[in-house]
Amino acid sequence: MSLSNVFGIAGSALTAQSQRLNLVASNIANAESATSSTGEPYRGRHVVFTAIPVSASQPQVAGVRVTSVVEDKTPFKLKFDPANPLADERGYVKLPNVNPVEEMADMISAARSYQTNVEMMNTAKSLLQKTLQLGQ
Amino acid sequence: MLDKIAKHFDFQQRALDLRAYRAEVIASNIANADTPYYKAMDFDFGAAMKSAEDGQGKLALAATAARHLAGSAGAGSTTNGADLQYRGAVQPSLDGNTVDMDVERGAFADNAMKYQSTLTFLNRRISSLNDAIKGGQ
Repeated sequence: MSLSNVFGIAGSALTAQSQRLNLVASNIANAESATSSTGEPYRGRHVVFTAIPVSASQPQVAGVRVTSVVEDKTPFKLKFDPANPLADERGYVKLPNVNPVEEMADMISAARSYQTNVEMMNTAKSLLQKTLQLGQ
Repeated sequence: MLDKIAKHFDFQQRALDLRAYRAEVIASNIANADTPYYKAMDFDFGAAMKSAEDGQGKLALAATAARHLAGSAGAGSTTNGADLQYRGAVQPSLDGNTVDMDVERGAFADNAMKYQSTLTFLNRRISSLNDAIKGGQ
C-alpha cells in the first residue's frame, strides 16, 4: 500500500524540520552568549539533511533524515566593549557568529516545509479513509 | 464468474495503485525539498498505465542460473510498470536540489483529486454490479 508510505515519508520530514527549527531556536537564543562551558563564545549550528531510501527495492523514493549537526566555522563577531569583563587587552569582546536575520529566514523556511508536510499527511489520510469506505 | 467481476474492476484498480505510488513519489520530493543534491522525480502516468496493460499478457523469462542477466527494465520489473524519471529543474538552485515546491504541491493536489475520481468510478462500478446482483429488489 503505497499511500501508507506517504505517512512515513512526510513523518520523516516533520522530524527533520522540527529538529532544524530546534537548532534555529538554539542559535537565536544564544546569539548573545559571549561565553559557554568551553570558554569560547557560542557557535552557530546547522543541520545536514540526507535523503534516506524508503525501501531497498526502490532507492529513488526517499524520506529525509538529519544525519549530522555541523558547527558554523565563520569567525566570531568582535564588539568593542572595554567595560565587559570578557574583553581582551584591546577592549574587544568575542560574540557568537550567529546572524539573527539568516536564522529568521531559516526559521520561516523550516516552518513552511513543516506545514506543507502536515497538509500532505492530511490529504493522504483522507484518501486512505475514502479507500477504506470503498463499496459502502 | 468471479473472474469476470474481478476483470470488471481491473482497470480502475490498476489506476488506483499507480495513483497511490505517484503520491508516494511526490511525497518523497516534497519531504526532500531542503536536501542538498536531491533530484526531483516523477513518472509518466499514461505510459505507466499503458505498460501495465501491455504487460498483462507477457510472461517473464525464468532465470534458472545465478549468472543469468535480469533483463531490461520492462513491465513488471519496476513498481507497477512505472518508470521513474528525473524532473527537469524549473529554477536550478546552487545546492543541486531540483525540487520546485509549487510544481510538487500542484502535482500532489492534482494526483489526490484524480485518486478521488478513480475511487468514485470504482464505487459506481461496485454499486451498479450490486444493483445487477439484486435484480432491482
